[in-house]
Amino acid sequence: MALQTMSLSGRKKEVSNKKMTFLERLYLWTIIKGMMITIGHLFTRKVTIKYPEQVRERSKVYRGQHLLKRDEQGRENCTACGLCALSCPAEAITMTASERKPSEKHLYREEKYASVYEINMLRCIFCGLCEEACPKDAIYLTESKVLVPSQYDREDFIFGKDKLVMPLTEAMKNAQLKNAN
Amino acid sequence: MHTITLLFILLSAVTVATAFLTIFSKNPIHSAIYLVICFFSVGGHYLLMNSQFLFIVHIIVYAGAIMILFLFTIMLMNLNKEDEVHKPRLQRWSAVLFFFLLCAVMMLIFFQSKPIVGDYDDLGTDYQSIKVLGKVLLDSENGFMVPFEFASVLLLVAMIGAVLLSKKEKSS
Amino acid sequence: MDTAIIIEKSVLIVAVFALTMLMAMYATLAERKVAAWLQDRIGPNRAGKGGILQPLADGLKLFSKEEFLPDTPNKFLFVAGPAISMSVALMTSAVIPWGDKLEIAGRTVIMQATDIDVALLYVFGVLSVGVYGIMIGAWASNNKFSLMSAMRASSQMISYEVAMGLSIIALLMMTGTLSLREIAAQQSGMNWNVFYQPVGFLIFLVCSFAETNRTPFDLAECEAELIGGYHTEYSSMRMGFYLFAEYASMFISSTILAVLYFGAYNYPGMQWAVENWGVNVANIIGFLALFAKLCFFIFFYMWVRWTIPRFRYDQLMRLGWQMLIPLAIANIFVTAICILWSDGNLF
Repeated sequence: MALQTMSLSGRKKEVSNKKMTFLERLYLWTIIKGMMITIGHLFTRKVTIKYPEQVRERSKVYRGQHLLKRDEQGRENCTACGLCALSCPAEAITMTASERKPSEKHLYREEKYASVYEINMLRCIFCGLCEEACPKDAIYLTESKVLVPSQYDREDFIFGKDKLVMPLTEAMKNAQLKNAN
Repeated sequence: MHTITLLFILLSAVTVATAFLTIFSKNPIHSAIYLVICFFSVGGHYLLMNSQFLFIVHIIVYAGAIMILFLFTIMLMNLNKEDEVHKPRLQRWSAVLFFFLLCAVMMLIFFQSKPIVGDYDDLGTDYQSIKVLGKVLLDSENGFMVPFEFASVLLLVAMIGAVLLSKKEKSS
Repeated sequence: MDTAIIIEKSVLIVAVFALTMLMAMYATLAERKVAAWLQDRIGPNRAGKGGILQPLADGLKLFSKEEFLPDTPNKFLFVAGPAISMSVALMTSAVIPWGDKLEIAGRTVIMQATDIDVALLYVFGVLSVGVYGIMIGAWASNNKFSLMSAMRASSQMISYEVAMGLSIIALLMMTGTLSLREIAAQQSGMNWNVFYQPVGFLIFLVCSFAETNRTPFDLAECEAELIGGYHTEYSSMRMGFYLFAEYASMFISSTILAVLYFGAYNYPGMQWAVENWGVNVANIIGFLALFAKLCFFIFFYMWVRWTIPRFRYDQLMRLGWQMLIPLAIANIFVTAICILWSDGNLF
């Protein structure tokens, strides 16, 4: 079988340049067929989602803005080991570690914590490798359910702990939920 | 003054003014547009005589078809001042002379003709209806069948001539 | 002329004018809505409930835009173009019979602005003049793309006017009158002309698409080849006038289609309604029937627009001159033979 006559896609259609008859040249029948197709679409379900009121459901593995988690007692999980920064292919994460003081026991779970934790959202590719690398379950991309918003300045895209750490109220709510269960 | 007289004067003024402007305006497009306005005011005269059919046909044929084709060709030709054809002086003066001669002949005809005194007869038929009009035009006994058919033959000949002219260019 | 007639006619004229404007306004919304529905979308839904105020918002936007005047040698004609288009589009509605008659305070009011004998020819006359608005405006724009588009529009309109006129002749041979009022009255009951003149109706329908410059014959407007079309140089409300005129003429031609071929204000059982419910109620229902018919045609225009791609220009001309005109002439012959046969004059 020659290559020219073979149908690679299985949908090959021979082009014919045959002269149209008078009736065909009036285009009437084809026009009616086309109109029937479009009128069918008039009654099909509309796919539009009215955005501000309605939000499209996200996939379960959807990755958005990072969240630094707290445990049930409201203590930060992160121990500033730096594995996330190491695993990050885009080199978006930087951090500074400090030692926990005795008076800060209710704030941080481990003895070491990140005093500065910054993610450059312009560099981040939301691959989720930091989440996989974290041994302490501290960083998640799937839990915040927010998109990284747009900004006017480059500096505003460097998210510090103020934006990344889970709010205390949410941690308390999680704790209550766990107790109730 | 009577309203109709006033309208007549107004329309006539527009007709004459636009007719002159048609001739005198330098821009061919402007003169074509003036001619369109002229046709409309002539249509107004028909309306004053209560001949609606004539008015509408006049508008459709002259303003709606012929003048649009005119404008069409003028716009496509893109006439400039340099392209203006200068006729020889002899031709121009003879044109003026013949125009005045024609005027004289027409004036003489108007003065010689006897004016019909008296009112128009009210025949009681509605000449706006196409039924009556068709009977008048196509009745073979007391209608205008022969001139009407002659006009149609004339138009047909003109059409064939136009087709022939356009075909001839192609073959050569 | 007594004052009652003047008042009556002025009220009618204002009502018809307002209706035309309103319909043209909401046709813009309907166009976008229908387009959206046919494409499985929702369409404009932010201005007002379900987008009901969208035309107002559009108008406001057009009004607040800069009125740009190109460097043209003829400013007067540039302004005159859209004005001619608009006024011509509005003029046609004067002769349309919106209903038979009403009885108000012992007077018989004809639901028609003017009942002239040559109404149908008047419509044609106004249609043929409509090209001027586009041509003059485009020429005065001093832009060769505008001019090119005007050439397309006008040659298309002139070509299709021939077929349109010929298709109407077959209808006139049956009705024997040019008065739209009489044509409407003749179709009482279910004697709609479309049943007697299906081919004529089809030709007329296709030609009215071409006359209103609607898809599939919207070659006057083309972004790829002509930048925009004849209104390339126009902005603000002048441009709005052109667009508005297009929708107004669409409304008018839908009405004419309904009046000529789909029985105008007649609906089955109108005679019964006149006898039992009175003239006024019957005619108001008649008006609503006409309105429903013309709304269907407006929808049909949009339906076609969002279904069929446009013709190529040579296809357009071939369809007009080589298909529709012979078909219309054949239709005239067949109609003539049928009329003679039914009168018993044949053979």
